[in-house]
Amino acid sequence: MSQTQAVFAGAGLKTKLSVDHVSMVFERDGKRTEVLNDINLEVGDGEFVCLLGPSGCGKSTLLNTMAGFLSPTGGAIKVDGETIRKPDPRRIFVFQERGVFPWLTVEGNIGFGLSKLPRAEREQRVAHYVKMVGLEGFEKTYPQELSGGMKQRVEVARALAVNPDMLLLDEPFGALDSITRLIMRGELLRIWEAERKTIIFVTHDIDEAVQLADRVVVMSARPATIQQIVKIDIPHPRDISSPRYLELRDGIFQQIGLAHKL
Amino acid sequence: MNALSQPARWERFFWPIVATGLLLALWYYSVRWSGTKVFPSPREVEKGMAELLRHHVLWRDIVDSLRRVAFGFGAAATIGIPLGLILGWYPAANQVVNPVMQILRPISPIAWIPVAIIFFGVGDDAAIFLIFLGAFFPIVVACINGVANVPSVYRRAGRNFGLTPPQLLARVLFPAALPQILVGLRIALGIAWLVVVAAEMIAVESGLGFLVIDSRNSGKRYDLVVAAILIIGLIGLILDVAFRGLEKLRSVRWGFRFES
Amino acid sequence: MQDEHAARMNLRLLWRPLAFIAVLLVLWEIGIRRQSSHLLPGPWGVVGGLADLVQHGLLLKYVVASLFRVTWGFALAVVLAIPLGLAIGWNRRAEMALNPILQILRPISPLAWIPIAILWFGVGDLAAIFLIFVGCFFPLMLTAINAVQSIPAVYINAGRNFGLGSARLVYRVLYPAVVPNLLVGLRITLGIAWLVVVAAEMIAVSSGLGFLIVDARNAGNRYDLVVAGMLIIGIIGLLLDAGMRSLEKVKSFRWGYSED
Repeated sequence: MSQTQAVFAGAGLKTKLSVDHVSMVFERDGKRTEVLNDINLEVGDGEFVCLLGPSGCGKSTLLNTMAGFLSPTGGAIKVDGETIRKPDPRRIFVFQERGVFPWLTVEGNIGFGLSKLPRAEREQRVAHYVKMVGLEGFEKTYPQELSGGMKQRVEVARALAVNPDMLLLDEPFGALDSITRLIMRGELLRIWEAERKTIIFVTHDIDEAVQLADRVVVMSARPATIQQIVKIDIPHPRDISSPRYLELRDGIFQQIGLAHKL
Repeated sequence: MNALSQPARWERFFWPIVATGLLLALWYYSVRWSGTKVFPSPREVEKGMAELLRHHVLWRDIVDSLRRVAFGFGAAATIGIPLGLILGWYPAANQVVNPVMQILRPISPIAWIPVAIIFFGVGDDAAIFLIFLGAFFPIVVACINGVANVPSVYRRAGRNFGLTPPQLLARVLFPAALPQILVGLRIALGIAWLVVVAAEMIAVESGLGFLVIDSRNSGKRYDLVVAAILIIGLIGLILDVAFRGLEKLRSVRWGFRFES
Repeated sequence: MQDEHAARMNLRLLWRPLAFIAVLLVLWEIGIRRQSSHLLPGPWGVVGGLADLVQHGLLLKYVVASLFRVTWGFALAVVLAIPLGLAIGWNRRAEMALNPILQILRPISPLAWIPIAILWFGVGDLAAIFLIFVGCFFPLMLTAINAVQSIPAVYINAGRNFGLGSARLVYRVLYPAVVPNLLVGLRITLGIAWLVVVAAEMIAVSSGLGFLIVDARNAGNRYDLVVAGMLIIGIIGLLLDAGMRSLEKVKSFRWGYSED
């Protein structure tokens, strides 16, 4: 699978987001740190793409530039052909569960982006998404009383409620225990298949990437470049014991240079 | 935390009663033993309090002191909170104003009395001005710190949902900073209570502070002095406890650690 | 190249607050000139007042007097309240027992203790020191109690795990763990001490910066000296606070601030 081929979106998909020669240099106290180096990528509409790499490699930085929180020092990021300059409700960023507002109930959080709607419609939408993430009965609960997994669901519901074009998730399941993580991955896929949003998902977990994504973008350590883009051609639901899954996963293991035996 | 086992529930009442009882006994016996004619014993203070209550003077003084605190503190909060929020939001503005605040803040409100008297004359307004000064700086500082400490995730999430800066301030920064703002308000209220008593000892002729000074000056009634002092403590405590009750409200509870 | 950049940054940081102060001073001057009563001084008047004080050797004398009282009162309070507070915080029952008493005594303005101070110590230095002591004692005690109670249980457990007996536990775990909190409490209480000394000197003694303020006004309406005194009070208070902050920054105390 050559790199240039996989840079472009899967066949038949309209390009939603394109990353053109993006580089990112941070200056702090006079020190220059090159974080991203000439990143090129196209993401198709409705595609599920994972950015995979070790901690600190710059994948979160890339995600933040895609969301518009940061401006790249070189190159540009375009969504639907337009260069993005600032954050926008059409591209909602999902932080780890600490992004949930602690002073609002579950309902309050999910309805946060819906203030412009008339009340009846807002309530209806909130109820819909409460149900979708499986939090019925907790509408009036405060985040303080929820588990990590539940808070994460609130955040996903909040993101979906405003009907964005894209979801950008930054290691959203990182703070959860591994059992909850497996459950949440299933939930996310279920929601994605129902609503078919474009999803860009940052993770450092190889299994997670191969389980979820249509394409896995393997990034090198800082300054980050795209080492390889792997197309995962297994249809959902994916059998994580199937030979093809293991083959793809091991391929990435090798690409990163990790050993098979512990 | 300590070497012994967890205390039982009844002990929450038992030990304070024991300690207070011991303290009162200590007080009583040291008055007896020193043979002082002036310093009151607990008994005398109790009678003094009854006397104050009977003569209805006490209630008027309490109301006067509380009224001044209400106005001074209210003014300090009304001006201080928005100002603090803005200064916390725009660090550049804070940089400009901060040195001036740092010089004014350590000046005891009491030191402002001559200036206050020039502006407001002797009376209520001067006292309210002093209380305002005492409460203003802690409130502003608490707001600045509150806003500065809001985790950047909340700011980013707010921007992500398309909020304009004023909306961001009102719907994200203010609620996120509210626990810290409440703590600042509570501390400022405590300071206001201290200042009102001091101000009343010098610049006005009513209120609990005045009661303390007056009881001594007109007749060396130290029993009334001590009675007044204890009442001051009690009301200050009630104000503090009432304010802490606010911290338990569900939409700010998250910002505080409560013992289960 | 980097140093030049840094130097330019610092200069730029400095001129804005300075400009702000300059604007305030100009407004002040204009405001004074438009007033007909000629009581309050403008900025130049204050400078003149300062020069006056220096000339008569009063400035240094009063500053030293105030600092002297603060030092004694504060030091006494530290020496008594901190160990006591640490011990009480360590023992849950002791804290239960004494908490109500502390909570009633704490909100009482130190100035309300003046009649008692004068009764016990007469008018003079000792009374002022006593007032400062009272003003510092309760906050320091509460700081110490709070500091002990905030020690994460993991530290205590780890200490016990390594076989530390009670005494060594105190020395090797308790003390280092509370130092950061104590330092902050000390700084805040020092600020309180500075407020109290000024107020105390306005009432109970005949030297010091607080006395300067009342005296300058009473003996001839020298408001230029009044405001000059206020300015000095502010500056010294600021220096005291800055001094304590730099103590907090000393590397060996810094572990409490890793979340900077």
